[in-house]
Amino acid sequence: MTVLVGYVPTAEGEAAFAAALEEASRRSEPLLLLNSPRGGAAVSSDVADDAAVALMADRAREGGVALEVRQSPHSGEIADEVLRVAQETDASVIVIGMRKRSPVGKLLMGSSAQRILLDADRPVLAVKP
Amino acid sequence: MDLAPVLDGFSVVLEPTNLLYCLIGVVVGMLVGVLPGLGPAATIAILLPITLGLDAVTAVIMLAGIFYGAQYGGTITSVLLRLPGEASSVVTVFDGHALARQGKAGTALGIAAIGSFIGGTISIIALTFLAPLVASFAIDFGPPEYTALALVGILLVSTVSSGSRLKALVAAGVGLLLATVGRDMFTGGERFTFGNLNLADGLDFVPIAMGLFGLGEILYNLEERHTRVHAPAKVGNVWPSRADLKQSSGAIGRGSVLGFFLGILPGGGATLSSLAAYAFEKKRSKTPERFGRGAVEGVAAPESANNAAATSSFIPLLTLGIPANGTMAVILGALLLQGVPVGPGLVNQEPELFWGVVNSMYIGNILLLIMSIPLVGLFVRILRVRPAILAPITVLITLIGVYTVNNSVFDIVLVIVFGVLGYLMKKLGFDPGPLVLAFVLGSLLEDSLRRSLIIFDGDASQFFLRPISGTLLVIFLLVALVPPIRTAVTRRRTASADNRTKELV
Repeated sequence: MTVLVGYVPTAEGEAAFAAALEEASRRSEPLLLLNSPRGGAAVSSDVADDAAVALMADRAREGGVALEVRQSPHSGEIADEVLRVAQETDASVIVIGMRKRSPVGKLLMGSSAQRILLDADRPVLAVKP
Repeated sequence: MDLAPVLDGFSVVLEPTNLLYCLIGVVVGMLVGVLPGLGPAATIAILLPITLGLDAVTAVIMLAGIFYGAQYGGTITSVLLRLPGEASSVVTVFDGHALARQGKAGTALGIAAIGSFIGGTISIIALTFLAPLVASFAIDFGPPEYTALALVGILLVSTVSSGSRLKALVAAGVGLLLATVGRDMFTGGERFTFGNLNLADGLDFVPIAMGLFGLGEILYNLEERHTRVHAPAKVGNVWPSRADLKQSSGAIGRGSVLGFFLGILPGGGATLSSLAAYAFEKKRSKTPERFGRGAVEGVAAPESANNAAATSSFIPLLTLGIPANGTMAVILGALLLQGVPVGPGLVNQEPELFWGVVNSMYIGNILLLIMSIPLVGLFVRILRVRPAILAPITVLITLIGVYTVNNSVFDIVLVIVFGVLGYLMKKLGFDPGPLVLAFVLGSLLEDSLRRSLIIFDGDASQFFLRPISGTLLVIFLLVALVPPIRTAVTRRRTASADNRTKELV
């Protein structure tokens, strides 16, 4: 059993990571950080750079949590990827960050957070920055 | 040397239209240099139809800008992301990326930009003095000399180019065959037209280049997947320190000279010269172990060499009408589209075009130096565009473009056929460059061969009796025969060595 956190280098992602770290140490389970950009392009701003990853590893070590980072790209939607990894690792909880979005924005762009909340077959911890 | 036409050339370049197209050329060149896969040959091929509406000078100024601009752009991704955008900056990856990992990405990029600028400029100055000399020499060329030159050109491109020599020769052979399609220039008979009127005038160069280089590369890139996605890189201080400059000054000078000479050779060009410059610098260095771990010379030498070579490969094209590599073949295609008489007469008959293009390179290099350093971040952002978005747009532009040249649907079909051929060639490890080059030189070869045989009354030995064609043919024989003989000899030696060890055992 692991704690799975969906991460992007934004304020929401940071909040999710902080909450997931706490959750992992409370449950004394390892933490799996999924930072998967959309495949195809060579550069994506959704990827955490090496410095950020090292910083997170330090924080996890301080908290006494085993951290695994996955940065392999995905195709299709990120919600599906998060749910797939959750199934694969049999995560005990999925931690995601949520951002504020207007109804129109949600209509146009959809919402990954909503899809994860509705489709997950396990507890989801949704965090606001 | 008469300096008046040189100065006139500057007045041509400084016309606002030409300055604008020079800027457009170098910006587009940098963009495609950054994008892995889409190389300068593909871009120039795709943009061929656009040049139809322009003046010949303006068109070539823009296309030349794309070519040497791409040499700059390829460096950026090599250094920052370990992704060479361009074949000619593959070696920059070793030391450039090592420097970037030490937090000295700015130094690497700055040195590369300065090296490229110096390499390019040295090469232009040499071009300015050497090209008219070669052209005045080439004015004595008759059909026999052109026959020999075309033969040497095709052979050198097939042997010197990267990859398997046999495959390159096969590609060149196919190119020569394609050149025979259409009406026989001497007898008027139709060859390989299969009764199709569209083939009666022979295959056009534009759809072949657009298909093989343009569509073929796009198809190939769609298949290739990047396994790793990188975070956007940040670049701090771009100006290299004085110590770095001092350390790399020798490498820049040697790289420029080496690049200039390798660029003139058919089949040489930017890729080969950057490899050679890197190897030479490593061999020469007192501390070769530093190479690959962030030596500034390892960035400076190949980058100066590839820009010098990109510039000097214009010499055979503009003075003899013989393209030195695939990209030059496409630029030759652009000149032919414009109805410019390419050949030794170009320097004297069209001094405005010749010097306009040569002098535009000074301006282009200055523009590149100004742009490359502050705009690095912007160019890296281009990589965020996914091929799934880029490819359909490029294909659309290609197909519309080729239609506008002749308003012929048959040309669109040709582009698609050659696009598929180019894709299959790349997939099987064939370089499309020799094919395009052999196609361009094929009609020249056939034309001058038959013309000289008429002059010689069918006596082929006369080719060896004329000094220039004789020398060129001897070079041809050497290039053709020495490598196979050498491999045969070494194989024999190793085989006998094997026998001996067997006997001992």
